[in-house]
Amino acid sequence: MFAYTIRRLATLVPVLLGMTFIVFMMIRAIPGNPAQLILGQQATKEAVASLTKRLGLDQPWYTQFIDYLTGLFTGDLGVSLKTNVAISEEIWPYLAATIELAFVAMVIAIVIGVNAGIISAWFQNSWFDYTAMVLALIGVSMPIFWLGLMEQYVFSIHFDLLPTTGRDNIRVPVDPITHLYLIDTLIQGRMDQFGEVVKHLILPGVALGTIPMAIIARMTRSSMLEVMRSDYIRTARAKGMKMFWVVYKHSLKNALIPVVTVIGLQTGLLLGGAILTETIFGWPGIGTYIYDAISYRDYPVIQSGILVVATIFVLINLLVDLLYAAIDPRIKFK
Amino acid sequence: MKKSLWTLFALMLALSLALAGCSSSGGDSSKGGDDGKVDPNNVMIYGRGGDSVALDPAVVTDGESFIVTEQIYEPLVNYGKDNTDIVPGLAKEWDISEDGLTYTFTLEEGVKFHDGEKFNADAVVKNFDRWAQSKDGEKFAYYGSMFGGFEGDEGHVIKDVKADGDYKVVITLSKPQAPFLKNVAMSPFAIASPKSLDGDKLSKEPVGTGPFKFKSWKPNDTIVLEKNADYWVKDMPKLDGVTFKVIKDNSSRLNALTKGEIDLMDALNPSDMKKVSDNGKLQLFERPSMNVGYLGFNVEKAPFDKKEVRQAISHLIDKQAIIDNFYEGTAEPAKNPMPPSIAGYNDEIQDREYDEAKAKELLAKAGLEKGFEMDLWAMPVARPYMPNGQKVAEAIQAKLAKVNIKANIVTFEWGTYLEKVQKGEAPMFMLGWTGDNGDADNFLYTLLDKDTIDSNNYSRYANEDVHKLLVEAQTTADEAKREELYKQAQVIIHEDAPWVPLVHSKPQLAGASKIKGFVPHPTGSQSFADVSFE
Repeated sequence: MFAYTIRRLATLVPVLLGMTFIVFMMIRAIPGNPAQLILGQQATKEAVASLTKRLGLDQPWYTQFIDYLTGLFTGDLGVSLKTNVAISEEIWPYLAATIELAFVAMVIAIVIGVNAGIISAWFQNSWFDYTAMVLALIGVSMPIFWLGLMEQYVFSIHFDLLPTTGRDNIRVPVDPITHLYLIDTLIQGRMDQFGEVVKHLILPGVALGTIPMAIIARMTRSSMLEVMRSDYIRTARAKGMKMFWVVYKHSLKNALIPVVTVIGLQTGLLLGGAILTETIFGWPGIGTYIYDAISYRDYPVIQSGILVVATIFVLINLLVDLLYAAIDPRIKFK
Repeated sequence: MKKSLWTLFALMLALSLALAGCSSSGGDSSKGGDDGKVDPNNVMIYGRGGDSVALDPAVVTDGESFIVTEQIYEPLVNYGKDNTDIVPGLAKEWDISEDGLTYTFTLEEGVKFHDGEKFNADAVVKNFDRWAQSKDGEKFAYYGSMFGGFEGDEGHVIKDVKADGDYKVVITLSKPQAPFLKNVAMSPFAIASPKSLDGDKLSKEPVGTGPFKFKSWKPNDTIVLEKNADYWVKDMPKLDGVTFKVIKDNSSRLNALTKGEIDLMDALNPSDMKKVSDNGKLQLFERPSMNVGYLGFNVEKAPFDKKEVRQAISHLIDKQAIIDNFYEGTAEPAKNPMPPSIAGYNDEIQDREYDEAKAKELLAKAGLEKGFEMDLWAMPVARPYMPNGQKVAEAIQAKLAKVNIKANIVTFEWGTYLEKVQKGEAPMFMLGWTGDNGDADNFLYTLLDKDTIDSNNYSRYANEDVHKLLVEAQTTADEAKREELYKQAQVIIHEDAPWVPLVHSKPQLAGASKIKGFVPHPTGSQSFADVSFE
């Protein structure tokens, strides 16, 4: 397994290199000069030309690409054209915000999705089954934009239960240490702030978790149905074992294997795809960071931002593959 | 079986309630601020759609940066509370020589920067030297464009800036510049502490003399400013601080305001105005108009190289209907390329009324009585002067169809759109402009002079007579004469019709009803020094 892990890690290099190249070429294909966008409509032509030169944007693309790669190998992600700050210095708070949100979204998605799937399979063709699967269908096709605004309207404004936007109470803000606010507030022993952070996570967490929740529920249901029809489950039931244990112990373990893949894929997608949720909920995450960079033609941020997200995505996939072995010892790595 | 199902439900419900019930004790928090004097309930939270780029006003050009720097720094002279008349700022009075070349500013005494440094004539000189001697058009874009370049450049207007004693500054110009004081009042020319100018920290650690001091910045989230207890103006500021919070989506921002999480928000959707006016806890604010939204023609491209075609289309735009439908009435129809609030506005110009017959007649004159097909470029983003470009384009498209002009609506992502329009690729396009300093020059010369083709003159309109008038107005010190020159220029521009001026909008803001003393400024940013909570 160690050799397999190493081999898998090694294959990531060409994948990420290829991706870097494609992103590099694609963003340069978009019209719009970064120098003009940075200097604004008031800028003189000379100023635009001189900034273009200083940013190295007048160089041929291959020179720019080689420079960028050389930087990457020395751990230099480049400098943001907009803020003039090294990306490696400024990216973490954004990434942390998204990781925290994606984590909560996935916890919500897994807890509710897996359980809804199990119960639907257990009580196949019951009212619960029908309701859950209809809801899952709606969940998959729901525009996050609409869902987010509806959540705010119902839970924040109408019932006054939860805050509408942001990561913390703006009037009593969290002092970041790790930038993962759940952890920061615990380290500082600020339980009041911890509560606030949790409250701020619920609505965006649900909005972001809805689609994976629906996918996980449907996947779990079909996988469980298959497993529960197998001989060993029939035997267990024939022995008089309680249904709860049959479902949650014997069936679940085998039914979870395909579900884990889906969870892995969805987690990766959430990291990059949280942009709409972040926009609606005023969440300063990596999605908005990259999106702003695109509007601003901040080439280094677009490149390095996508590279970081892609790296996390492929690492999660690797982790999922390794998890297989833990769940199912029959799977051998070659 | 049923029992375990219910247990599961009960567990999930309990978990959700426990999470939702996690209480905050914001009010009795022991950590309201650094010194314990800050009352979190006396801090105004301002919700906006984007973050600042940097906090050094001299190096930025965007409104989101200026709204913050306006609280931290002050310029030598200020604009009036709700207009662009010049009033004292850090300079309490000034004297202009007869020939319009020498400006002597007398400075306020006893003013201190946030870092404890004394504000005096040397500080002013050091700031002006920093901009002029940098010769850096990339960094100080506004300085270069407002004062004709940098030290040593041929067009540079500021010959030198000298201290005359501790509290007098003499600025000598190389040629008269009529809007000079209005330029000096702009946010980018605010005075920073001389100590803070060493090194390159100002963008992140701003130090000015303003009513609020910088405290912290979480990028794309919040910028926290706290009260400057030593502010030189008596009894100001009234708030304990101001926090700027980024919430990109306009509807979410309104939700946050309704919930009381923020106190004031900009860029209210016109369609949400009723929600605000119906809510007793909220109030509406209207920013006086200093903008123009327009439909531009590329006058180099057929058929818009013919004046008659441009005039014909001017007769096909029902401005009032557009304002009623897409601005909720919060705009006035435009007939000139600049708003009426600006000195030199020509009110005698008769707008081309909506008239299909007249349009057909003009088209026939141009030999296009059968109509034609063309692309209409629609703005992809909401701007104060154009809240919904796509819808306005559709309304225009429907009217053009009545005389057999088939308009295909085209749009691009914003950065691409601007670049393509600037290059002259768009035959007919929607755009707009918000004035920088309340001067006619900043509209007419910037947008329609032959010198600004390839820059902001997207219509590529060049008229030698207009050019002569605008250049003469730039160097004329006599205000009445200047106004006359601008009025003449507007007559020619109206006849040539390189644009159909559409609207001058009044951007809406919404705030909690407890806010007192907030007056939105036409330039788009204003100090919150005398804002208070009731």
